[in-house]
Amino acid sequence: MSAPILELQGLSKRFASRLDLAERIAKALGARVEEYDVQAVSDVSLAVAEGEVVGLVGESGCGKSTLARMVAGILPPSAGTLRWRGRALAELPAEERRRANLAVQMVFQDPMASLNPRLRIGEIIGEAPRFHGIVGAGEAEDYVAGIMRLVGLDPAYSRRYPHQFSGGQRQRVGIARALAVKPDFLVCDESVAALDVSIQAQIINLFMRLREELRLTYLFISHDLGVVEHISDRTVIMYLGRVVEAAPTPELFAAPNHPYARALLAESPRIDTRKRAFAPIKGEIPSPLAPPPGCTFHPRCPHAMERCRREAPALREIAPGRLSACHLNDVT
Amino acid sequence: MNQDQPMKGQQIEAGAPLLRVEGLRTEFETRAGAVRAVDGVDLEIRRGEILGLVGESGSGKSVTGLSLLGLVDPPGRVGGRILFEGEDLARAGERRLRHIRGARIAMIFQDPMMTLNPVLSVETQMVEAVLAHARVTREEARRRSRDALARVGIPSPEERLRAYPHQFSGGMRQRVAIAIALLHAPALIIADEPTTALDVTIQAQILFEVQKLCRETGTALLWITHDLAVVSTLADRIAVMYAGRIVETGSVAEVIDTPRHPYTRGLINSVPSRNRRGQPLAQIPGMTPSLLDLPRGCAFRPRCPRAQEDCQEEPGLFGAGHRWRCFHPEPVPAMGPATEVRA
Amino acid sequence: MTATVGATGQGARARAETPMARFAAEFARSRTAMLGLLLMVLVVGSALLAPLIAPQDPYDLAQLDILDGMLAPLAEGGSGATHWLGTDDQGRDMLSGILYGLRTSLLVGVSSTVFGLALGLLVGLSAAYFGGWVDTVIMRIVDIQLSFPAILVALILLALLGKGIDKVIIALTTVQWAYYARTVRGTALVERRKEYIEAATCLALSHGRIVRRHLLPNCLPPLIVVATVQVAHAIALEATLSFLGVGVPVTQPSLGMLIASGYQYMLSGEYWISVFPGIALLVTIVAINLVGDRMRDVLNPRLSR
Repeated sequence: MSAPILELQGLSKRFASRLDLAERIAKALGARVEEYDVQAVSDVSLAVAEGEVVGLVGESGCGKSTLARMVAGILPPSAGTLRWRGRALAELPAEERRRANLAVQMVFQDPMASLNPRLRIGEIIGEAPRFHGIVGAGEAEDYVAGIMRLVGLDPAYSRRYPHQFSGGQRQRVGIARALAVKPDFLVCDESVAALDVSIQAQIINLFMRLREELRLTYLFISHDLGVVEHISDRTVIMYLGRVVEAAPTPELFAAPNHPYARALLAESPRIDTRKRAFAPIKGEIPSPLAPPPGCTFHPRCPHAMERCRREAPALREIAPGRLSACHLNDVT
Repeated sequence: MNQDQPMKGQQIEAGAPLLRVEGLRTEFETRAGAVRAVDGVDLEIRRGEILGLVGESGSGKSVTGLSLLGLVDPPGRVGGRILFEGEDLARAGERRLRHIRGARIAMIFQDPMMTLNPVLSVETQMVEAVLAHARVTREEARRRSRDALARVGIPSPEERLRAYPHQFSGGMRQRVAIAIALLHAPALIIADEPTTALDVTIQAQILFEVQKLCRETGTALLWITHDLAVVSTLADRIAVMYAGRIVETGSVAEVIDTPRHPYTRGLINSVPSRNRRGQPLAQIPGMTPSLLDLPRGCAFRPRCPRAQEDCQEEPGLFGAGHRWRCFHPEPVPAMGPATEVRA
Repeated sequence: MTATVGATGQGARARAETPMARFAAEFARSRTAMLGLLLMVLVVGSALLAPLIAPQDPYDLAQLDILDGMLAPLAEGGSGATHWLGTDDQGRDMLSGILYGLRTSLLVGVSSTVFGLALGLLVGLSAAYFGGWVDTVIMRIVDIQLSFPAILVALILLALLGKGIDKVIIALTTVQWAYYARTVRGTALVERRKEYIEAATCLALSHGRIVRRHLLPNCLPPLIVVATVQVAHAIALEATLSFLGVGVPVTQPSLGMLIASGYQYMLSGEYWISVFPGIALLVTIVAINLVGDRMRDVLNPRLSR
């Protein structure tokens, strides 16, 4: 495997709110306001090789969107290091850091909310490359037209507004906007989740074609296991802010190791199963505000032992290229 | 897996389904002209049966659900016959409909807050719901409410009864909405994308409860969704909608394993697990047409790989049991389950 | 492999429909709102054209004849001209007085709103974008300002500043900016969390550009609604102040001033001196509110469809 294009080392993000004076007074008078402290992502380490597609799977509150935003440079990490082509981002000189930031772009979930409703499509796609001097004002129109063609949009529509497009077309605009700054790395946060089934297939195919043509690397985030299995080389599963399992996709889907991974795979409905009796794991996803002690999955885990309640399992290599965070792997 | 029939004791008269919909039409006036969101839909649901109504956005599947319950607001017009337990709901008055909605047919929405009032405790809402349609004491109403919560798998129902909707998680809120739907032991539940907003493990829990309920109480279920995978695991029969019409209907095995309508086949083939990993997915070209500007004849014609000259005529329904609305259906052995892969 | 997606359905409309055109079409669907708009155009038009259409210049003392004082509506004055709406105690033609008074009222209402809007926009956007202590300090000032009745603040300011149109505008701007600041901050906080702002951040655009080109244009619609209704408030407030005698100078009467000057004659039967300016004020405010309400309905995504 070549040197990683992007490396996350012990990346964490916590969101904290402190009470201001008025809220403190209110609390003293008996109002129910609390300071909170959410560990949205804790200690995630991950290396992505050039040209690789890494799928990131997890349910709500697992921190996958927060992780995506840290990778895309939208949110600063609270702790840990992001390395771009071997060099820590935070230590780069401003100009190089800007270039590294541009090299990682994001495609969002909601094709409507992610486009500024007051700008024309051409402006949405062309704004950043002009701002960063990637194209001059004179060539901008041709440049935008080229990118629109690349994502399967007719350049004749560049003077239209987002509301005049269908969901699938809007998502193509979002992809075009990201591609316009010539990125090496795309973070796709649930980018096909809001689309209809038949449109979803078109966009997935577009992502795969762009990967070939532009040699892109992807962090592909989804709750849909079928999509992740199809598109990614390696799959990472998160639960409550932590990575619980990471493995090459075929191996993980053939034989998941972590009990949560097994539950997730068993319970996601597949089109080939008929009138099956569901046997769901119990319990709810705990709130990240009050995660359980020890292994965060233990209250729902059918194999939980005494140790799981006390001690959080470390993410360890259980076979070459396969990582899992479960105490069961210590018991032989 | 063996397919449980409705419990004994529920009489199943052959040929007399619980709900029979004939030629359902729903139209709306918009600024750009009249839109026929539902155009001649026929449906049948037997007692204890789960029917999956599948379609993409704009296919008319949700409007169908609302039309059945008389919940289409006045500028919209509903036509056709909706025979429920022998009574035509399309002709029923508002009073009668309200009674049926409360006691005989229940509805579950994608957003449980559609049914829940955020400022009232769950207990208040459930007790009111019981008292609205049953002459029982408050104590009895409360007992029924608690039982309903327990039945949908809510832990410590006695305690949770006093809570407010915002104190529940999304999955638990949906359970409460289902519990309210169950209060009067309805004969039919219409569920519109009830698990779409939920996580995989939580969705599995809800599907589990729903499946158990239908088996135990003989309640019939109309499950409206865009998700073929959910329907194929849960339902007995499937109806596929496209541009306001049902284009294919039959048992799950028939429709999923041997789809005859090219649209159904296209949908099934575009599911990632039906394709070889890393290869381009089989995709349906183009996009769903606007209801304002439907192509003449078969609405799927412009996107259809099998379309021919005669598709400009409106196709009727072909077949018996397993039925499809297509002049040039896919040949039967077109695909074995999960084997054929189109690159 | 993927063909260019052709335009069908929603994408098929031939022209690029601007958000403005869509707004206008939606607005025009309400008859009451169109009536309001018509009234508003009439009011504003006649105020602007007052020097051309008014029978006399009420500010020009040479044109006034004290002998024409207190003439009833439709009466003929000494110069032979008909006073359609009568005259006041100075012999001023009421119709002319109202037309010119409307100018003063609208000038005060609109300009104080524009200034208040600009100030509130700056302050509110800063609070929302920077957050933290900047937000806390600004919003506490806003809270304090809003906790005093507007009329009280305006009275105190005018007592300190003295009379004059400019003073009234300053007072009304001071009274209003806090509303805008709060509205802008609320909207901006919502917009700032939307994905298109995240996308702009991800594209490494500058802060200034993100605020100007992305945040600001999307915060404006609700603000314009508030501003429209607020113009009506400002006009009413100015009328109140003038009625109380601390507003505009007697030489440049606004509608409020006219009402005040006729008030003493109400009981002696010369109703027209107060009533006609009152009707003009009412029509102006109702027209603005009709337009403002419709704008709110059209721009509020929760109410539309």
